[in-house]
Amino acid sequence: MNALVTPELRAEFDALCGRYPQRRAALLPILHRVQDVHGWISRAAMEEIADYLGIPPVEVQGVVSFYPMLRQEPAGRHIVSVCKNISCDLLGCRELLAAIQGRFGVKPGETSGGGAFTLFAAQCLGACGYGPMMDVDGTYHENLTPEAAVEILEKLR
Amino acid sequence: MSAPHPLEVPLLTRRLHQAGYDGSLAAYRAGGGYRQFERAVTSLTPDQVTDMIKDSGLRGRGGAGFATGLKWSFMPKESVKPHYLLVNADESEPGTFKDRLLMERDPHLVVEGAAIAAYAIRARQVYVYVRGEYRHPRACMDRAIAEARADGLLGRNLFGTPYSLEMHTHPGAGAYICGEETALMESLEGKRGHPRPKPPFPAGFGAWGMPTTINNVETVATAPVILEMGALEYRKHGTPNSPGTFLVGVSGHVKRPGVYELPLGIPARAVIDEVCGGVRGGRRLKAFYVGGSSTGLLPAQHADVPLDHDSVRKLGVMLGTGGLVVMDESACIVRATMVLADFYDHETCGQCSQCRVGMEWCYQIIRRIELGQGQPDDVATLLDLIENFAGGKTICAFADGAAMPYRTAIQAFRAEWDEHVRRGGCPFAQSGERALEAVHA
Ligand SMILES: Cc1cc2nc3c(=O)[nH]c(=O)nc-3n(C[C@H](O)[C@H](O)[C@H](O)COP(=O)(O)O)c2cc1C
Ligand code: SF4
Ligand code: FES
Repeated sequence: MNALVTPELRAEFDALCGRYPQRRAALLPILHRVQDVHGWISRAAMEEIADYLGIPPVEVQGVVSFYPMLRQEPAGRHIVSVCKNISCDLLGCRELLAAIQGRFGVKPGETSGGGAFTLFAAQCLGACGYGPMMDVDGTYHENLTPEAAVEILEKLR
Repeated sequence: MSAPHPLEVPLLTRRLHQAGYDGSLAAYRAGGGYRQFERAVTSLTPDQVTDMIKDSGLRGRGGAGFATGLKWSFMPKESVKPHYLLVNADESEPGTFKDRLLMERDPHLVVEGAAIAAYAIRARQVYVYVRGEYRHPRACMDRAIAEARADGLLGRNLFGTPYSLEMHTHPGAGAYICGEETALMESLEGKRGHPRPKPPFPAGFGAWGMPTTINNVETVATAPVILEMGALEYRKHGTPNSPGTFLVGVSGHVKRPGVYELPLGIPARAVIDEVCGGVRGGRRLKAFYVGGSSTGLLPAQHADVPLDHDSVRKLGVMLGTGGLVVMDESACIVRATMVLADFYDHETCGQCSQCRVGMEWCYQIIRRIELGQGQPDDVATLLDLIENFAGGKTICAFADGAAMPYRTAIQAFRAEWDEHVRRGGCPFAQSGERALEAVHA
């Protein structure tokens, strides 16, 4: 029991809870933290978090399933999101995705061989003037060519 | 950053043009930063601050253009309940990327603006709700907040007065709907981002049921500017009913995309041709989304429209967030609409059946028109569907927002839709078909 919420994490969570008039408000920051550490959010993790916050596990699951950034299954070691929305579409995000598929054989939603990265086609990421772009683990790479995108992904281990 | 374009009026962004400006507390203070917050707390009442914002005519920069001073004045004056200020940094409207610039490059301007707004509405706690993908902007804000706290600009008994103020960022997690003000409150409380029916309104019953004001990042960042220059000076820019400057984020087929601070009322053509160097590759302008996808599309013949609330409304669109998306003649309107329909279908929260089902149907129909399986009455069906979910029939304005790009694209480019159906496919040269399938299969 309580394998995931280590004393260190618990201290962090306590501090997060202290920011809000109700502890439950810390749920999203806590889920982000857990996902950063574990790569995804398992059933067991949801139960521990629910227990920690004193809310029913189904409430935690309801939240996890609502938010696209929260993953309920394991993913590759790196998370790659290529924006597919309007401005990036006008500037060639399709060529980016085609190049990635050509080089690594992955389509959005799939994980590259060896598990280096999972690819997503994302909605607008707020980099519209600098497209096409991709987000690798929270770092934005902008004004990309297909070759530049492939080169960045080749360095991922 | 280089010198501003001659048409720019850098009020909020003036520091960003200084050589070596790094957005640190020291740099911000060197230019007079936090003096307006100190002045407000030590020598102005909350109502005086609110009145100055009222006099400036500032209208919210988050999309709806609501009068900011008026919004602040809805907050209770005598109340034993805690008040909250929520700064909306969800910035997920397609084509919008301007709040990020402020948070990354001048986060203390946002912190000071939020602090002034909080003081005016008698709040002692601010939450800056930053979209989850904005890790870097949020880190910049966290650093600025920590610096301000360490320097006694946040915390207890500020400037030797009884006023205390705390501020924190809060991450979203990828749901566009959480930018809607009541969905944002639900999300902040640790719930699914489902918009609440209104009334009750946030000023009476907001976050945790307490009096709450919610403002966009750029809106609060304008407060120190107005206090510093005075409402009358501020009003010298812009138009009488849309005063001041706004951040215009230009993307798409222009030579120099980016974020520019421009006076309200500037013609769209001046933004596209002069500020952004015109359309790329010697091609002609075809159409543009005025201020984010949910504000709708205007064809090139309306490019002289002044970008202020009243002028664009006369053409059936909205000013929105200042996210101007430019399309040249090589762009397919049906494809662009399909990309957006995929977005709205993905982002509906699903509470209202008209919205949930409407988004799905619209996407399916638009997609099949673009991919060559359009039926003769598909466009009429689309118009029908839109009337079913648009026009204030739903809990929140999401559905009305989705209707804008669909309706305006059909109105202005009906022939192009019919052409798709007639010839059984897209008449525009499309590259990367495999990727198209990958994204829209
Ligand atoms: C679907 C939807 C999404 C929205 N997204 C945002 C957003 O990302 N950022 C924002 O500031 N306002 C957004 N808004 C507008 C907010 O509801 C609210 O009006 C705004 O934050 C108020 O701030 P302002 O008065 O300073 O503009 C959105 C509204 C809707 C209906
Ligand atoms: S209009 Fe759409 S997004 Fe808004 S509450 Fe209803 S279902 Fe949700
Ligand atoms: S459309 Fe791609 S970042 Fe906005």
